[in-house]
Order: sequence, then structure tokens, then C-alpha cells
Amino acid sequence: MAKITLDGLAHSYYPNPKTDADFALKELNYEWDDGGAYALLGPSGCGKTTLLNIISGLLVPSKGNILFGSKNVTELQPEQRNIAQVFQFPVIYDTMTVRQNLEFPLVNRQVPKNEIDKRVAEMIQVLDLEDKADRKARGLTADEKQKISLGRGLVRYDVNAILFDEPLTVIDPHMKWQLRTKLKDLHRQLGHTMIYVTHDQTEALTFADKVVVMYEGDVVQIGTPEELFDEPAHTFVGYFIGSPGMNILSSEVKGKTARIGSHEIKLAHEYHALGETAEVGIRPEFVTLSGGKKGMPVSINSVEDIGRFKIVRASLEGQELNAVLPEGAPVPADPKVSFDMSRINIYENSHLVRKGA
Amino acid sequence: MDKTYNNKAWFLVLPVFVLVALSAIIPIMTVVNYSVQDTFGNNQFFWAGTEWFEDVLSSERFWNSLSRNLLFSFIILSIEIPLGIGIALCMPKKGPWVPVCLVMMALPLLIPWNVVGTIWQIFGRADIGLLGHTLEAIGVDYNYTSNIFDAWVTIIVMDVWHWTSLVVLLCYAGLVSIPDAYYQAARIDGASKLSVFRFIQLPKMRGVLIIAFLLRFMDSFMIYTEPFVLTGGGPGNSTTFMSIDLVKQAIGQFDLGPAAAMSLIYQLIIILICYVFFTVMSHTGSDKPEQGAGE
Amino acid sequence: MLEFKNVSKKVGNSFHIKDVSLSMEKGSLNVLLGPTLSGKTSLMRLMAGLDRPASGEILMDGKNVVGMPVQKRNVAMVYQQFINYPAMTVYENIASPMRVAKVDAATIDRRVREAAELMKLGPYLDRTPLNLSGGQQQRTALARALVKDAELVLLDEPLANLDYKLREELRVELPKIFAATGAIFVYATTEPQEALLLGGQTATLHEGQITQFADTIDIYNRPIDLLTAQTFSDPPMNVITVEKKGKVLNADGARVAAPKQIADQADGTYKVGVRPHHATLSEPAGESLKIEGTVTTTEITGSETFIHMDIGSSQIVALMHGVFRVNIGDKLPVYLEQPKFFVFDAQERLIASPQMAGA
Repeated sequence: MAKITLDGLAHSYYPNPKTDADFALKELNYEWDDGGAYALLGPSGCGKTTLLNIISGLLVPSKGNILFGSKNVTELQPEQRNIAQVFQFPVIYDTMTVRQNLEFPLVNRQVPKNEIDKRVAEMIQVLDLEDKADRKARGLTADEKQKISLGRGLVRYDVNAILFDEPLTVIDPHMKWQLRTKLKDLHRQLGHTMIYVTHDQTEALTFADKVVVMYEGDVVQIGTPEELFDEPAHTFVGYFIGSPGMNILSSEVKGKTARIGSHEIKLAHEYHALGETAEVGIRPEFVTLSGGKKGMPVSINSVEDIGRFKIVRASLEGQELNAVLPEGAPVPADPKVSFDMSRINIYENSHLVRKGA
Repeated sequence: MDKTYNNKAWFLVLPVFVLVALSAIIPIMTVVNYSVQDTFGNNQFFWAGTEWFEDVLSSERFWNSLSRNLLFSFIILSIEIPLGIGIALCMPKKGPWVPVCLVMMALPLLIPWNVVGTIWQIFGRADIGLLGHTLEAIGVDYNYTSNIFDAWVTIIVMDVWHWTSLVVLLCYAGLVSIPDAYYQAARIDGASKLSVFRFIQLPKMRGVLIIAFLLRFMDSFMIYTEPFVLTGGGPGNSTTFMSIDLVKQAIGQFDLGPAAAMSLIYQLIIILICYVFFTVMSHTGSDKPEQGAGE
Repeated sequence: MLEFKNVSKKVGNSFHIKDVSLSMEKGSLNVLLGPTLSGKTSLMRLMAGLDRPASGEILMDGKNVVGMPVQKRNVAMVYQQFINYPAMTVYENIASPMRVAKVDAATIDRRVREAAELMKLGPYLDRTPLNLSGGQQQRTALARALVKDAELVLLDEPLANLDYKLREELRVELPKIFAATGAIFVYATTEPQEALLLGGQTATLHEGQITQFADTIDIYNRPIDLLTAQTFSDPPMNVITVEKKGKVLNADGARVAAPKQIADQADGTYKVGVRPHHATLSEPAGESLKIEGTVTTTEITGSETFIHMDIGSSQIVALMHGVFRVNIGDKLPVYLEQPKFFVFDAQERLIASPQMAGA
């Protein structure tokens, strides 16, 4: 196992990239700790698969280097990097039994027989596949097959990293809970460095200690789930994390006040005067909807009752605003909104303006 | 399945029924008719029962040609299947050479059987043929019209040249349908080229290999035109396969009864062997055949 | 109106659909909710006329349509996979059902453009589907279903293969768009959350049988039995077995006052269901059942955190707002809010729900 260093990494699928837009992955410098669980999160086409392929060795980056520990592996082939990968669709060796599938990577590496037996027996137990160990792998269900693909990586104690490429795509929703739990569990038990690519926020936030949010080839934020939720560094992160996403309202910001249309909002921190691209970001959870006299009047477009809360879709001065109403709370007839001051984030050019700046 | 019935569909299938009846059922019934009767011309028939069948099965001539057929098919399959797989593995999977290779492979398949026979007949002649002349020049005594071994070698080489492409194309189709992820996973697992072949390519080609095997068996077992054009069944009776023998009896000697009986036996053998092949091949490597079919 | 009367469908010896009766009004939105293989697709195939039921009647506007081939019915269907004609442009794809129906060119043009506008496909009309993203491909398929002016629109998990955020957006738009057409709208999904967001009516399916068919929010609030409650809950509803003795419920040594709605019920064994968001790690204001548990896993969706706990006899899932950190293996008390109890009798029928208490 080893620390992974991304040093000035960038990639373009064009031979002679000129503008920024030609890059599928824009320059990136980062260090990933040994034994950490990371997720690459973003919509399709954001560059997350490109980054994964560079780490696994299927792609050589146009610029920069990638290091495992202190060893530069930029030019190395996947088989020389000592990594494991779990793909979107389960990859298993049909003609082998479950046990043979798990033995395969060890046999290829000439691990002694008794060592193989010991590790494989352990792995079969960890994966809860005891009763199927000597069945042909082809007859198993998708989630069992995916466990086998995972097991083939885990059975090698010394892998530098295990990469996951949207591994739960073909798994039934109710099985996803179980597999996600299993993954987390395995990470805790075995301590491999794991990198997980997904477009699903729940998978990413649940799995990872640190989530790398990608958007149009750029890493827009790397942070813990708390950081992504509380202080999105980019309006895209605010929108992408949480459902419904963060409300983004264009406004004028100066000192300790923000002005949205004819309304003034008090801010918790002091900001210097921001330009035309200033925006106020507030999560629907922190928007209070009430019928009193205080607050800014809104018009309600629709209400979705999803049981444990209601999503109220409204407009404030012509801008879309979502609010979350707790279970059982009625929708007021003459609705006014107010924002939780401490939860407001201010953005300029879509990027977060640090508090007090 | 209890689908919703659509009566229009039956009308659309009707022409096929008529065609099949004309092209298959009626001729087969005619043959069955001949095989159990005797005739002296003038459309006069006498009931012969199983006599013709007994005759055929007890004749040495039949067993000789049957064993020639079996030997021939065995040799053809054991050359063409491995060779076809090998060539398919060597072909590029991507890039500008793919169409070139495919067209080259398809070329022999476009040539009619009798033309193939003629090409090789001339090709192998010592006086004007390139192959025959060259062999003679380097001192090999080669003559497919007088030497049994030479005749067999020529027919086998000719069939391999003509039909290996079919196996190649089928295997190639099987190979390109394997997702890249499998190869990547195998590389990551540290698998050797041999393991990749044994555990990924071969299992994934199983379906097309069954088809290739059956097609090549049936075709080689029914071989007629090429040896007929090349050697006419000789030297002696050494390349007289069942189909040639059958034609000799039916048209040469006009023994319609025995010929009909023989062709029915011939057909039964093919169906039987194909059935055995298919059952054995589709069951190997799958512990659950009913699920294997769905994959 | 589409009616099913005691419809069953068998394959071999097993029922894929068993004794289903339901009726759906014109202009209504109906959700079929159930796990994979619960019979959603089988039911849709029967509605479309692709399959013929083994027994029972299917009526469209009072007329028996069993045996009528799908071509003669006015049905549109959209599948989980993105199915379009790969060689045609988006425009031609959307126009295709009208071309078959021999609609005049001017009308086709107008309606294709309207549908493309609604589905935000305007800029892509001249492209072929293979050059589009998954979301755009599925919008094309939806637009084609839309222009067909079908009486019955069947959507079989249409958003399952889309990116998470796209799904969120389309889910909001779809009901509005199709409501305007006045068709009977049937939507199959495996996700309770999706059913709630769509609203309308829901039929919960379990092993080919409909366990309940009612307004979506009503099923959520008053599931008829434990099976329905569990089908309509993701993550699964917490279920614990309690022993009622007088005014007290006993669960593995933990005690709580019995909810007043079941005060008159006989003493004995009952099952109590509590949704994850009424299981909490911080002591709530009202009456609650306190159970010691061990944290086995946590799941973070962004706005919420699910905490899975092992309480010995069973599993409990608790929900906390925002990102909430606990360590796996921690021993913590979890509080089940008593006013939010769903109580089921020995036959697993609902006898008390939070709504009955509130009313």
C-alpha cells in the first residue's frame, strides 16, 4: 500500500491541446493518503473516468506525473502498478468456481499454495460466500458476481489501491444498501486505499472520507461530506450535493448585507463589495417558510409531499427558491421566507468567497 | 407463452410453409417412397420393405465410404477449428486493417465449390499448375491422380483453404464481443496470455464455436463437388465419399432403391452426430445449462 | 378508464401476476411500486396487450380488450433502456408514430417542435440518438411517447439509468407534461421516494399481487399491512416485536407506554413499525422507546445521514439531519418515537398509525 501523488496531472484526448476546453482533465495537484477512502463524484463527462484510467494505467496523461509512494508510475502498464479494479459490470471468469476466481490473481503471482488457501478461505468468509464457494461463478446473481470481482482485488494484501468504477450500476436498489455497507466494512477491516468513481452523491458521501467533486474537467472541491454540505466551494457543488440542491440567488453583496431585489438580508460576516456575479447560496433545509409578518414574501409554484418532509418550490423576486418543510407542518397561506444567517454562503463567479474576506 | 394472438401473422408465415413443403417435405417423402419399393420402370412399383436398407448396411462399399467420410471430417475439424481460432486471435480488433483483413478472409467463401475444385485441379497439375510444377522442380514426387496420399492431401488442403475463413469469421465475431473490462481485469489479475485465452476468450467463444463446429462437420461430411471435380473419386475408390457413391448408384447405375435407402441412412447419421456434438458441447463447462443459454 | 378484474398470469406453474383488480381513471397518474421481479413489468405488458392474461378481464372504457393486439391499442411505452431508432435523427424519431398514423406534414412538424420544446431537445433535433447523452436519449423516447397522443402511457422505470441529478429534474417535469395530455399514466419504480415525488395513486406490488392501491401519500401514512409498509420504505421500516401488557409495551426489556389508539386492544404480541426518521440518536421531546444498539454502518446522502444499528434481535435504521458522525462499533441508545408508531396485529394488519393518533 502506498500514498498516491498526483503531480501536475492533466489530460487531453487531442494530440495538441491549445485552449483549456481541449482538456478532459485540467491540471491537478493532490496527495491521497495511504489507506484512505476517496470518491470521485460528478455528472457524466466531468472527467472522473479519465482520472481513474490515469490512476489504473489505461491512459498515460498528457502532462504531469503520478506516483505510488515515491515511485513514479506514470508510464507503467496496469499489471505493473499492483492495483485492483472493480468495473461497472461484474467481470468474473465464467468457467471457474467462486474459489478458483479468488485464487486466480494469487496463482498468477506464484504465491505458495498454503498461503493461497488461507487467504482465499478468509476472503470467502469475509464476502459471505461460504455456501457458494465451490459453485461455478456463472450462475450467481449480479451482486454476488460483483462481490467476487471485489474479492479478487482484496485477496491481494499488498495492492497499492483498489479502484471502483461505478460498481453498483447493475445492482438492485435494496441490494445496494447491503453492498455499500459491505464495502465500507471491508475498508475498515482491511485498510486498503480505495478510490470510488460515481455520479451518485449517496454512494460517494457514504463511502469516502474525502470526496473529490469534478465538473467539466476541473476538480471544484475536495472535502469531507460535512464540508461539501456546509460550505460548497463552488455553486455546482451546492447544486449537486443534497436533494434538492442549494438555492443560488443572484444578489448585491456589500459589507454585512446582501440585497436580493428589494429585500435586504443580514449576513453573519463582513464582505467587501462584490461585482455583478455575486450570489447568495442557501440550502433548502435552512430556509424557513412561515405565515407571519416577518420575512420576504414568495409565491409558491408547487409542493411535493414526500412523507418525512415537504419540498416547497417557490419564487422570490422571480428567482427560483426551494424550501423544506418538516413533516406535518402546514403550508402557510401568505408565505414568507427567512434564511438562517449562519448558513448563508456567498459566491462570486460561482466560487465561494471565504468568510471575512 | 400466452401472447396475444394476431391472426395476420399466420398469413405472413404461410408462404414459408408452402416453400418448405415444396423444397423439403415432398422430396424427402419421395425418397422414403423409393427406399421401400422396387421398380422396373414404367412407373410400376413393388413393395420391398426393409430390403434395401439391409442391403446397404451389409455392403462393404457403404462401410468403406462411411469410414472415409468420418476420417475426412475428423481431419478437417482438427485442422480448421484450431487454425481458425488461431487466425482470429491474430487479427486486429481495431484500426484501419480490420476491414482489409475481413475482406481477405471472406474472399475464399465467395468462390463456388466447383470453381474451387477446378482451381486446385489446375493448380496441382505437374505440367501447367504452379503448385504441381514447383513441387516437381524441387524433387517431390506429387501426383494427385495416381497417389492416394497426394489425393487426400490435396482435397484436405483445398478444404482448409476454402473453409477455414468461416471459422475465423465466426470466432472473430465472438472475440470482438468480449468487453474491454475483461481484458483489463485479467491484466490487473496478472494473468498470462494463455490464461486469458483459456479463461476469457475460449469460454466467451463457446457459443460461436459450437456453430462453427456443427457447420464445418455437416459441410465436410457432405463433401461432394470438390473431390468430384478434382479426382472423380479416385484413384481407385480412395476419395469416393458417401455423397459421390450415392450419385454413382442413383444416376450412374440407376439403383434408385438402394440409393434412396442410403441417403436416408446418410441423413440420419448426420442428424445423430450433430445432436451428440451439440449436446456434449453445450453442456461442457456449464453446470446449469438452462441458465447458460440465457447468457 | 382501464380496469383489471381478477387478472392472473402464469408462466409454467408460477404466477407472475396473481388476482389483480384495479381501475385507473383518464388523466390519472398511477405508480406501480415494488422491488425487482415483483411483477411491475408483467403487469405493464398485460396493460399494453403484449401478453394475454391466463384468467380475468381487462376492460378499456368498459370494453373487454383481452386478445386485442397491441398494434390496435393506443398505447405508448418507455423503457428503462434508451430505445430509439439509431439511424434516424431525433426529429424523425419523435415524428415516427405520427408518420405511421399518416398525420399530415404540417401537424407533424408543429407537434414534434412542441414536444421537443417541452423535453428541452430543441438544439438536438438534427442529431442521431447515438450522439446524445443518456438523458437526451431518454428525453427523445419520452417525446415520442408524448406525441403519440396515446390513451395509455406506460413508463417502466424510465429514469433508472440516468444520472442522479438528471433524474431529480425529470421527475419533477414528467408528471406535469403528461398530465396535460389527459392519458392514463402508469409509472413503474422500485423507489418509494420516487413514488412520493410523483404523487398520484400508487399500487404496491409484492410477488405479483397488489397489496394496496390508494393515493400515494395515504399508503405512506396508512399502509394496510406490514408487507405494504415495508415495500413503501427505503431504507426498510424498522420493525420490532413488542409484548403488550396493560398500558405498557415491552421490547426485550425496554419499556414504553402503549400508544392510546391501542389502549383497548387485548394484551399480547404485536409488531411495531417505525420509519427511520422517527428513530433518532438524540432523546426526543415526547414519549419514546429507548434501546441500546451498536452502530454497524452509516450512510450519508448529503442532507441526511442514515445510521444502521444492531440491537441484538434485529436491525434498526435511524436518520439524522445533515452530516452526522458516529463511529462504527459505538454502543449508543436509539430512541423510537412512540407517537409515530405503526402497530400491526398478529396477522400483520395495521391497527394503529401516527395519523390516527393525530386526528
